Amino acid sequence: MLIKKPADIKPSEITPESVYRNRRKFMTDSAALVVGGAVAGTAGVSLAQNGDQLKARAPVTLQRTAPAYWWGEKFNSIKPAPDSEPFFTGEALTPYQDVTRYNNFYEFGMDKGDPSSNSDEFKVDPWSLTVSGEVAKPGTYNLEDVLKPVDLEERIYRLRCVEAWSMVIPWVGFPLADLIKQFEPTAKAQYVEFETIVQPETMPGINSRFAIVDWPYREGLRMDEAMNPLAFMAVGLYGDFLPPQNGAPMRLVVPWKYGFKSIKSIVRINFRETQPNTTWNDLQANEYGFYANVNPEVHHPRWRQDMERRLPQTLFSRQYIETRLFNGYGEHVAHLYDGMDLARNY
Amino acid sequence: MDKFIKPVVFLLASLPFLAMLGQVLLRPETLGPDPAQELAIATGEWTLRFLLLTLALTPLRFISGAVVFVRLRRMLGLFALFYATVHLLVWVSFLLGFRWFAIAEELVERPFITVGFAAYLILLALGVTSPKVMVRRLGKNWKRLHRLVYVAAILGIVHLLWILRTNIGEAVFYGAVLAILLGYRAYRHSRRRGATGPAS
Repeated sequence: MLIKKPADIKPSEITPESVYRNRRKFMTDSAALVVGGAVAGTAGVSLAQNGDQLKARAPVTLQRTAPAYWWGEKFNSIKPAPDSEPFFTGEALTPYQDVTRYNNFYEFGMDKGDPSSNSDEFKVDPWSLTVSGEVAKPGTYNLEDVLKPVDLEERIYRLRCVEAWSMVIPWVGFPLADLIKQFEPTAKAQYVEFETIVQPETMPGINSRFAIVDWPYREGLRMDEAMNPLAFMAVGLYGDFLPPQNGAPMRLVVPWKYGFKSIKSIVRINFRETQPNTTWNDLQANEYGFYANVNPEVHHPRWRQDMERRLPQTLFSRQYIETRLFNGYGEHVAHLYDGMDLARNY
Repeated sequence: MDKFIKPVVFLLASLPFLAMLGQVLLRPETLGPDPAQELAIATGEWTLRFLLLTLALTPLRFISGAVVFVRLRRMLGLFALFYATVHLLVWVSFLLGFRWFAIAEELVERPFITVGFAAYLILLALGVTSPKVMVRRLGKNWKRLHRLVYVAAILGIVHLLWILRTNIGEAVFYGAVLAILLGYRAYRHSRRRGATGPAS
C-alpha cells in the first residue's frame, strides 16, 4: 500500500523535534497524517511504508522533491536506526534547519550560510560515478545502478568538525563496504581515494579568485578504515534526500574523524596502493593530517580540540561538551590504529 | 554643522554595536546555530574596519584639506578599541566559557590568538594615552607610541589571515586598504624630506 500524505500540512501540525524526543508521540502524529492523507487524497511526497519508524523526519514544509523517479522509489524502504550504539545515539538531534543551513562546502562559498543559499542550481541527476585503480570492475557507472543493490538504512551519528563544533545527524545511506565490494578491489588496493564534483556553473565558490583550494576536493581512507562497519555513504538525512549543501547526491560519513574527511558529492572513487593526497593535508600539512581522527589530546594550531560546541547553541545556555577520542566510537575503531602514534599520525 | 559632527559620528559608530546588542537580546535566533562564533566574527570585523577608518583620517585631511577629519581621529580610534574589547569579551565568555586555564593556553599555543592579543594590548595602550593630559605628559614620546597603531593594524590583518580557512579575499581587501594608507604616508614622508632637503 502506498500511503500518500497531503502537501498542505501546516508546519505546526508536525514538530520535528518532538519526533525524535518522543517516538510514541510521532506514531500518533503519523497516524493522524495517514488518516488526513486518506481523506484529503492530495498529491504529496510518497511516504515510506516503514518510514513511520524512522527516528527523524524532515519538516514537511522543507521536504525536497526527488531528483528523479527512482530516488523516490529507493527512499520507500529505509531500515530505521537501531536503539543502541554505535549506529544510533540517544543525544538530541541537531534540528533539520541547522543541519542544512550551517555547512562547510567551500565550492558554494566561504560562509556557513553560503552552501544553502548558493546551491539552488546544483544538478544531481543524472549523476555518474567513476571507479578506477586497483579494482576488477573499473568504469563509469550511473548512480542509479550503483545504488540498486544496496539497502538504505538510517543511522544517527555524531559529527565533529575540526572547527570545534559538532552536530548529531540522522543520515540515510548504506555501509561504504557495500559499495566498495561491488567493484571488487584487488589485493593491491590499500587505500581508497574520493573526489568531489566540480560544477563551476553551479558552484560559485569554485570561481572565486581568492579561494586557495585546488579543486576538485579530494579525500581518502585506508582500506581497512573504509571497510569498517561504521564508515557510511549517505544519500539522505532526516529521512529525506540530501540537499546539495550536505553533499547531494552521495557523500561519505566517517563519524570518528573530523568532518572534512566526510567528502561530499562524490564523483570518483579510486583504489590505490599508496596513500593518496588529500585537499587539506596538501594545503596545510601541519594542521590537517591524513588520518584526522577526532582526538582531544592532539592540539590543532587554530582550534582547541578538547571541547566542542554542540549545535545549536544559544548564547546564555551554552552546551559545551568534552570531545572524546575517536568522537566516542573508539570501541569500534581504535583497533585500526594499534601501535600507531596518534600524535604523530594526526 | 561643525557642532553636530562629533555626536553624529558617535551615533553612527555605535550603530553596529547597538544592532548586535538588539540581535542578542531581542532576536537571538537570527544569529544562527553558532551565535558565539557569529558575534566573534562580526566584532572582529568591526574592529578592523574602525582601525582602518581611523588610519584613513589623516590622509583624508591632507587630500581634502578639511581639518574635521583629524578631530574625529581620537573618537574613531577609541571605537576601534571598544569593538576590540567586545571582541575579546565575546571570545573569553561565549567561546571559552571563562575557562581561565584555557585562555592562558590559547594565548601561548594558538599563534593567531597571540598575534590578536598583542594587537589588542597596543590598542589598549593607545586608548589609555589618548586623553589630552597624557598627550601633554608624554610629549615627544606620545607620537612615537602612537605610531604603533600601524603595527596593531598589521597584526590585526595577520590575525584574520590566520583564522581564514580558504578564501582569503577578505584579508586581501583589508590588507590592500592598509597598504594604500601606509603607502600614502611613506610617499608624503619622502616628499617632505625631499622638500626640506638642501636646495641646490
